[in-house]
Amino acid sequence: MTATVTAGDRATVAWRGFAGTRWRELIDVRDFIQANYTPYEGDASFLTGPTDRTRAVWEKVGSLFPEERARGILDVDPATPSTITSHAPGWIDRDRELIVGLQTDAPLKRAIMPNGGLRMVQNGLEAYGYEADPFVTKVFGTYRKTHNDGVFDAYTPAMRTARKVGIITGLPDAYGRGRIIGDYRRVALYGTDRLIEAKRAEKALLDGRPSSEHVIRDREELAEQIKALGELTRMAATYGCDVSRPAGTAHEAVQWLYLGYLAAVKEQNGAAMSLGRTSTFLDVYLQRDLDAGTLDESRAQELIDDFVIKLRIVRFLRTPEYDALFSGDPTWVTESIGGVGADGRTLVTRTSFRFLRTLYNLGPAPEPNLTVLWSPRLPAGFKTFCAQVSIDTSAVQYESDELIRPRNGDDTAIACCVSAMAVGKEMQFFGARVNLAKALLYAVNGGRDEMTGDQVTPATPALTGEYLDFDELSAAYDRVLDWLAETYVDTLNVIHHMHDKYAYERLEMALHDHPVHRFMACGVAGLSVAADSLSAVRFARVKVVRDATGLAVDFLTEGEFPAYGNNDDRADSLAVGLVESFMAKVRRHPTYRDAEHTQSVLTITSNVVYGKHTGNTPDGRRAGQPFAPGANPMNGRDRHGVAASALSVAKLPYEQARDGISLTTTITPEGLGHAPAERAGNLVGILDAYMTSGGFHMNVNVLDREVLEDAMEHPEKYPELTIRVSGYAVNFVRLNREQQLDVISRTFHGTL
Amino acid sequence: MTGPTTGRIHSWDLSTGVDGPGTRFVLFVSGCPLRCLYCANPDTWHMRDGRETTVDEVMAEIEKYRAFVTTAGGGVTITGGEPLLQPAFTGEVLRRCREAGLHTALDTSGFLGARASDELLADTDLVLLDIKAFDIGAYRRLTGGRLAPTLGFATRLDRLGVPMWIRYVLVPGRTDDPAAVDGLADFVAGLGRVERVDVLPFHKLGAPKYEALGIPFPLRDTPVPDPALTRSVRERFRERGVPAY
Repeated sequence: MTATVTAGDRATVAWRGFAGTRWRELIDVRDFIQANYTPYEGDASFLTGPTDRTRAVWEKVGSLFPEERARGILDVDPATPSTITSHAPGWIDRDRELIVGLQTDAPLKRAIMPNGGLRMVQNGLEAYGYEADPFVTKVFGTYRKTHNDGVFDAYTPAMRTARKVGIITGLPDAYGRGRIIGDYRRVALYGTDRLIEAKRAEKALLDGRPSSEHVIRDREELAEQIKALGELTRMAATYGCDVSRPAGTAHEAVQWLYLGYLAAVKEQNGAAMSLGRTSTFLDVYLQRDLDAGTLDESRAQELIDDFVIKLRIVRFLRTPEYDALFSGDPTWVTESIGGVGADGRTLVTRTSFRFLRTLYNLGPAPEPNLTVLWSPRLPAGFKTFCAQVSIDTSAVQYESDELIRPRNGDDTAIACCVSAMAVGKEMQFFGARVNLAKALLYAVNGGRDEMTGDQVTPATPALTGEYLDFDELSAAYDRVLDWLAETYVDTLNVIHHMHDKYAYERLEMALHDHPVHRFMACGVAGLSVAADSLSAVRFARVKVVRDATGLAVDFLTEGEFPAYGNNDDRADSLAVGLVESFMAKVRRHPTYRDAEHTQSVLTITSNVVYGKHTGNTPDGRRAGQPFAPGANPMNGRDRHGVAASALSVAKLPYEQARDGISLTTTITPEGLGHAPAERAGNLVGILDAYMTSGGFHMNVNVLDREVLEDAMEHPEKYPELTIRVSGYAVNFVRLNREQQLDVISRTFHGTL
Repeated sequence: MTGPTTGRIHSWDLSTGVDGPGTRFVLFVSGCPLRCLYCANPDTWHMRDGRETTVDEVMAEIEKYRAFVTTAGGGVTITGGEPLLQPAFTGEVLRRCREAGLHTALDTSGFLGARASDELLADTDLVLLDIKAFDIGAYRRLTGGRLAPTLGFATRLDRLGVPMWIRYVLVPGRTDDPAAVDGLADFVAGLGRVERVDVLPFHKLGAPKYEALGIPFPLRDTPVPDPALTRSVRERFRERGVPAY
């Protein structure tokens, strides 16, 4: 006689001991967490170091890094377009690995993903000495259109020009847009059978609706999502894992969750492939096994260490130009840790500590992008530990849980660097950014580009006075920004229409509710340059130097002017005004799929490239000189220390920049206190004070300039030196020389 | 009728963990009676170079940071220059800060300690007392002034119950004589209100300011102390039960 195991039986076994009801009936991971997690208020003393097994696995894959660094990539499969099931399983060390699964059949071997754009794949292959596969070229050149092809079919001449001159830059029109976080926890909690069932139910709700263009698209997308979940099931089976059922142990929970994530990075080469908010979810499983005595602390840490090893070796084939823009090879595997629940209980658990502990057990590294959702209400032991980790590794960023929770809820994660998304419920259309500093020069020049002399905006009268007049300049700037906002949103609508059509994130969207809330994530760069330039015109006298064609090419500033970054309202209000006015202008234009307009003040590391493409500015910045990153004050102009600088940035209204406001701070160890034992406490104080003052995000680097200078000369001595740059972290020695010099030129808040 | 109290100030800054506990608003006043050879702020020597500022103006600037420094476990530190060169101004700033609920610290050489009234000290939560040297001759050679007023001030602070952090700049060949260090350590250990000693290795980060002012930097050729020397000097204090960093 054979017993039939029903889905219900399998869930009963997997969910033994768990409390709560709502999450059993509906797909609701937050409800599961709230009903079952164990807040942890203690300190870091329970943590354990790496086991010999962990060390062996990490050393084995680590031994491949030098060759990868030297060659750019270790290996690539040029002939097999990646899908969830395209590659045979691979291992680092099959006997020792606890968490299994690789993007291809070997560690660090990259795959191609031509859906985004064939040229990006071809250029990537050629750059590293591989030949494009003729079959792939034929399929994606002849039979299967790519996202990139679609976008350029629909771009207008104005969009092409704006893109070419760099007033709108970094657009995801030739590669995967990313910044979509699948709720990978669902795979562990429910198993794919149940998830498919729920997706079928969502699709069935559309059956009775008339087949409008929108409904047809939704039906097709849901059908694709269901297929993707089936492919995930099959891919997992090749590793011996039956993810059709819920995870039954902590080991399985970590493994199932990772396989969900792995399916996403096999399918999509998104600019940012963030993980979500997994630590407290996983803690429920780890705690259950610890309580049952089937797991000890060392093994619990091993599971997290092994998971993090896998997250550290996510790789995509990209072009050297792309890597130059983003400083290395970032994947933004952002994991959001900590925060406070709506009911006031801390969401910190022991596993929040275990994730941070990996920076010691495996050494510092930029990925995963560990992000602490900070609140002054977090437990003291956790705050102190985070601060100590920052001091020791410079690998952590902080974002205000107090700003995020009221708007997105207490189950929100950061996509990429600073974009808050309710996990599984919200997604965004990544829109890169516009160059506000260049736009200011367009205002002076009647819409001609200051580098090329070409007319970019519809022609308007250039300013002709010997000196710039503030009111005249403001009015002209306003007109340029009107044009820019319209062109920008219009361009993003084209891009995301085509991305949905030709490179839809089937698996990631399968791990979202339907319908999903969408954001149109616009962004600005060069804020501090623009604000200081306006301040110079208003508070000093700025004489214009024009070339023979009347183009303003330089500015002579007479007198002093207040600079953004010194907590001086005269300058800071100009920055605030720019953020508010550009957001208002963006909101005037309809978006694809009625996405909600947002913007970020974030540059990633492209502040260097933007600066390169922008002429002399009235604030005294020279042509080609890098912008400050994100919302940072210009390097060296914030003269009153980290608190004054941070308070200027904290004035930027989060409500008008819901996609995030990034501040990167570098403090010398001595700048956090003469007595080393007091530094963690002092850093906690700064973070508490910044967030209490309305600050949103802070990258914290604790470094001496001398260390960075030495690392430039002797990179071999610093393979692990990690620094926060702009919403993420990089390996300092992998930056190019220009970027390294930019980092070193930034303000180091120290002490005399 | 007298006008509002004014003072001559050089600048203000925010610092963390080096001018008292936590993150602090640090007010640099202008003018100093001493001419310490290692001075990192030669631009604060002369009162006449400072900007005349009312207490109200200073308090308006401090107010912008009140929430921040309070949350960050800090407060306000008045330094210079020598704050006790302008005791009325310094005293009023301290009083107003105290009234605003801010933690107050006074960074002084103690050379003009006699000018600090008991009322001023009652408004001071912490004195950062710079004892520049413990040998009378060395003190004079290093600062141009006398040591006795500083030691007298320390004793008075102790009697009044004002907490102190002692600061001692370690300059090779000038303040590293073991006998003098031991003498200072004994003296400090005898004061009940000393909470800690900061042994600060001499540095030359102020040298560019000398260049800008066209003044020769007297210790240009003096080496910075070896970390081992700094450690051993701290140990001298710790041996006597005084926390030293």
